Amino acid sequence: MRTDDRKLVTIVTEAALERHLADDLKRLGAHGYTVSDARGEGSRGVRAARWDASSNIRVEVICDDATAEKIAAHLRAHYYDHYAMVMYFSDVGVLRPEKF
Amino acid sequence: MPDLDPIVLFFIFGLVAGLMRSELRLPTAVYELLSVVLLLAIGLKGGVELAKQSPGSLLPQMIAVILMGLALPLAAYPALRALGRLTRVDAAAIAAHYGSVSVGTYAVAVAWLVSREIAFEAYMPLMLVLLEMPAILVGIMLARGISAETNWRLLAREVFLGKSIVLLLGGLLIGWAAGPVALEPVSALFFDLFPGVLALFLLEMGLVAAGQFGSLRRHGFFLVGFGILFPLFGAAVGGTLGWLLGLSIGGTMLLATLAASASYIAVPAAMRIALPAANPALSLTASLGVTFPFNILVGIPIYQRLAEFLHGPGV
Repeated sequence: MRTDDRKLVTIVTEAALERHLADDLKRLGAHGYTVSDARGEGSRGVRAARWDASSNIRVEVICDDATAEKIAAHLRAHYYDHYAMVMYFSDVGVLRPEKF
Repeated sequence: MPDLDPIVLFFIFGLVAGLMRSELRLPTAVYELLSVVLLLAIGLKGGVELAKQSPGSLLPQMIAVILMGLALPLAAYPALRALGRLTRVDAAAIAAHYGSVSVGTYAVAVAWLVSREIAFEAYMPLMLVLLEMPAILVGIMLARGISAETNWRLLAREVFLGKSIVLLLGGLLIGWAAGPVALEPVSALFFDLFPGVLALFLLEMGLVAAGQFGSLRRHGFFLVGFGILFPLFGAAVGGTLGWLLGLSIGGTMLLATLAASASYIAVPAAMRIALPAANPALSLTASLGVTFPFNILVGIPIYQRLAEFLHGPGV
C-alpha cells in the first residue's frame, strides 16, 4: 500500500480551550481536526472530567510538517505557561494527501 | 428532632461516598442534564412571577443588587491580599468567585423555604442572574486594570454567553412570555420533578466537593477560614440589603444566601479564559471544597435566623 507521510499532532488539554484551539488551528493552516473527551492525571493533578472545570479534551490534527511546526510554536507561546497542556507528534501515513 | 432534609442527606451521602473513594459517579451527560433542568426550572419560576410585576417597580432593587455584586469582590480582594498573602491575580480570581453566586446553593435555600412553608419573593431568580455577572468584570479589572490589551469582545462572550447565564435568562424569558397556564404541560418535568433532580444534583456535588478536600490540605488553612468567614460577612451584607429593600423574611434570607454563596460554574469558566495565570485549584478548592458544603450544611439555617433577626420580633 502506498501512503504519503504526514504529521499527527495530538494535544491533550483543558476543555475550556476547545473553541479557542479550533480557531487557532484553522488559522494556522490545519484542514481539519478531531476532538474527543479525555480524562487522566498529570502534573496539574487529576483531571477527572467530572464537570466542566476539570474536563480534558484530546485534539488530533493531521497536517504537513510546516503546519505542525507552526501549531507547536503557537501553542507553546500562548498556552503552555498557564494551561494544562500536553502536545506530541507522530508520523503517520495517509491515503489522500490533498485532504491534509 | 426535626426531620432531616433529604436533599441535604443526599449531599452528605455524596460527600461520604467521595471521601471513601467509592466508584460512584454520575455520567457527565447526566450531570449536564441535571444542571440544565435546574437552571431552566429556576428561570421559568422566576419568569412567571416577573410577568406579574409592574415594569419599573423592581428597578431600584435590581440596581441595588448589581451594586452589591460589584461591592462584594471589592471587599474580598484586600482580605485575600493582606491576610492570605495571595498574588494579585489569584486574589482577584477568588474575589470574583465570591462576588458571584451559586445556583445550587440558591436551589437548596428555596427548597428549604418551601418545605417550611415560608413565603419569599418568587422573582428572586432575576436577582440570581444579576449577581452572576458583575463580579466577573470586577475580578478581571482587579487583576489587570483597565487596559487596551483586554479583548473585551471575547470576554463579553464568556461573561454573557456562559451556559448558566444563557439557561437562566432563557428560562426567565420563556416563563415570562408563556405564563403559568401555558407552562402547565412542561410543569411535570420542571416543577414536579424539581426536588428529585435537585437531590441527584446534590449527590454529584457531594462527590465533587469530596474530591476537593485533597487539595485543601495542600493550600493551607487560610482558604478554609476565608471560605467560611467571607460567606458570613456576605450574608450580613445581603441580609441587611434585603431588609432595607423591604423584602419578606424569606426574600431576605435568599438574598443573604446569594451574597454568601460562591460560584463554581460560570466564574471558573470565565476566569480560565480571562485570567489564565490564576491558579484554578485555589478558587475551586475554596468555593467547592469549603463554601458550598458550609452553606448547605450550616449556612442556610443561619441565614434564616439572620433574616428573622433583622426583621425583628413579632413579624
